[in-house]
Amino acid sequence: MSLGNEGGQIDPELSHFIQVESQKQKFTQLVHELADTCWEKCMADVRIGTRLDSKNETCLVNCVDRFIDTTNFIVRKLESGNRSRTSKLSMD
Amino acid sequence: MDGFSQPPGSGGTVDKGQIMDQVKTQIALANAQELLQKMTDKCFKKCITKPGTSLASSEQKCVEMCMDRYMEAWNVVSKAYNAKLQMERNRLT
Repeated sequence: MSLGNEGGQIDPELSHFIQVESQKQKFTQLVHELADTCWEKCMADVRIGTRLDSKNETCLVNCVDRFIDTTNFIVRKLESGNRSRTSKLSMD
Repeated sequence: MDGFSQPPGSGGTVDKGQIMDQVKTQIALANAQELLQKMTDKCFKKCITKPGTSLASSEQKCVEMCMDRYMEAWNVVSKAYNAKLQMERNRLT
């Protein structure tokens, strides 16, 4: 599907709309993934009650924060890491 | 998906607002499907430990509670992720 790329420019309003919506969806998709991962970490072995208790809520918040920290940590390590290790992936 | 089947500029005017509405509907549908799938996975694991010949009423109650908790957890995660992004952004600027 092309949104009129060959017959002139893309409508700026439409292009902006798509950009905003993709950004929003990227966020939502990561929330889906994080909710999945952090449910396993914090809720899988818990008897579910009528409310989320504060201990589990704290666990969920920490889980999200540490997941992002881990992502950033790995990015930093890969950026500064020696090339011999990364070259094993032979992505070139 | 009717709006997409018309080639642009071929007489039939594609209404921009209509396209946007359709995109939003498709996104909402995809998110609902994703939520349904994850919720079913988690709540089945939690509540139906020994599948019997029917969904017992205790299992139904458990699934109902589990659905509410999953949505609650989803919202907590969403808020936490948003706050973390904000913090990271402030740290960088």
